[in-house]
Amino acid sequence: MNNAEILVIDDEPQIRKLLKITLESNDYKVVLAETGTEGVHLVANHTPDLVILDLGLPDKSGHLVLKDLREWYDKSIIILSVQDSEADIIKALDNGATDYLTKPFRTGELLARIRASLRITQNTDLQPIIATGDLEIDLSSRMVKRNDTPVKLTATEYNLVALLAKNQGRVLTHQFLLKEIWGFGSQNETQYLRVFIAQLRKKLEENPNSPVHIITESGVGYRFV
Amino acid sequence: MESYKNINESKGLQYFIGIGSILFISFICYLFIDIIGYHVVALLLLLVVSILAMFFKILPVVIAAVLSALIWNFLFIQPRLTFKISTPEDALLFLMYFVIAVMNAVFTTKIRKAEATSRKRKEREKTIQLYNTLFNSLSHELKTPIAAIIGSVDTLKESAEKLSVDNKSELYNEIEIAGNRLNRQVKNLLNMSRLESDSIHLQLNWYDVNEIVYNVIDNNKIDCNQHQIIYQPQDSLPLFLFDATLVEQILHNIVHNAIQYTPKGSKIEIKFFNTSEACIFEISDNGKGFPEENMERVFEKFYRLPNSATGGTGLGLSIAQGFAEAHNGKIKVRNGSNGGAQFTVTIQAKMTDPKNYQNE
Repeated sequence: MNNAEILVIDDEPQIRKLLKITLESNDYKVVLAETGTEGVHLVANHTPDLVILDLGLPDKSGHLVLKDLREWYDKSIIILSVQDSEADIIKALDNGATDYLTKPFRTGELLARIRASLRITQNTDLQPIIATGDLEIDLSSRMVKRNDTPVKLTATEYNLVALLAKNQGRVLTHQFLLKEIWGFGSQNETQYLRVFIAQLRKKLEENPNSPVHIITESGVGYRFV
Repeated sequence: MESYKNINESKGLQYFIGIGSILFISFICYLFIDIIGYHVVALLLLLVVSILAMFFKILPVVIAAVLSALIWNFLFIQPRLTFKISTPEDALLFLMYFVIAVMNAVFTTKIRKAEATSRKRKEREKTIQLYNTLFNSLSHELKTPIAAIIGSVDTLKESAEKLSVDNKSELYNEIEIAGNRLNRQVKNLLNMSRLESDSIHLQLNWYDVNEIVYNVIDNNKIDCNQHQIIYQPQDSLPLFLFDATLVEQILHNIVHNAIQYTPKGSKIEIKFFNTSEACIFEISDNGKGFPEENMERVFEKFYRLPNSATGGTGLGLSIAQGFAEAHNGKIKVRNGSNGGAQFTVTIQAKMTDPKNYQNE
């Protein structure tokens, strides 16, 4: 799993150095790029397993780099940017970013996101059972267990948690979840989503008020951990 | 006020009104000349010139003054309908009238100009004072954590062998705390500049209040000094339509403020109520509250209570108020029955009918 190659595209030397040291000490191979153009060339030459992309690049916007890369590059791209508005985050995720982390960031959090992203893109043949903490989701028999006890879920509740679990560790936007589960994508329908998330938390979380599995990304979406 | 401004902006209108009012008053007086006599007419015209001088620019007023003198001579001084003056007394009166009217016009406008200049100077002094406060508190608030970071790193690099494991980890901790503090101050400044430049666009969506409050509690935990934050979640609340990022920031800033300015181990309680059109959050603590005389000023930008502990720029509550106003809401503060501070945040927000969405 490790020894995966990661390309960092960031114009700030301090961030490049920090990422190089952090990633290399976690056994990843690291390639660095300072500009968007250089980054795109390096992706073409190296086909890294994962790209960490800054949005504020000197030569062209990271959003553009992301779009260019997504024409042919299908592995993980994690955005690491100071831009923290919901609009920017949603735009990047809609344009194919695997995940989004804002600066300042905790390196522990970044490493967790990298592991999750690599897992999603590397294991294309999905494991039928996803286990995390006290939860176990069996995709082949559509069964969810908490502390080894089966939990009764409605069809929609199951579909929602299964979709989140298949993308474990990765943020899924409201729009995406609404489209996949209910077949519509209007922003105004996020109230459905909230009601179902609240119901799921009551059934699946030890403490529904401080969820540890279904995490809210405020204004953006949800993440299954 | 609005119409006064318009008059001020349009010079053409000033000439028109100045000349028009002189002509109008002259015409009225001309009808009653036999009853009131021509001396009274002079005083009435002078009055009109004085009033014009209070509001208009100098040139239209002087023109009105000269015009009024000529009209008075032409229509009212014997022999009428000529510019001739028959008696020396009338000649003197005309001369006096002319001088007084023009002086009136010139001096009144000069006084107004001087007043405006001194008002501007006072405003500028106030702005300079505000900026001085800003720079003082900002340079303190930003430089202190930077000093902690640079100092800790120096010690870690240069005296690595002499430091105990505990001391080392304490210095690492200091760097982390300083980083978080810098991050918070910069966020505050960015939020303030968003408010100042009117670039807040509400991202409205349906939210669960319990979730928002728990986020606020979680995010404040690191800064707690054995403080207890109490919230009783309410079951079966509807969803509300608001901008969660802003509402969270409002609650965060008030709770953070309570943590900073109440003694170790104090209790902070968050309560939630709603009407069909508004969300109401009440945040109260059991600290010593605010002095009554400074109560209204706590939302002022850069305002900090006299003798308050170091740390803080005086921006948090002012940002909270700004974000509440962006939701057509308001934050009020008073001292509660236990003497502690009590903030009431009212946010205009539509709500859902929860029954509509219960399961399929």
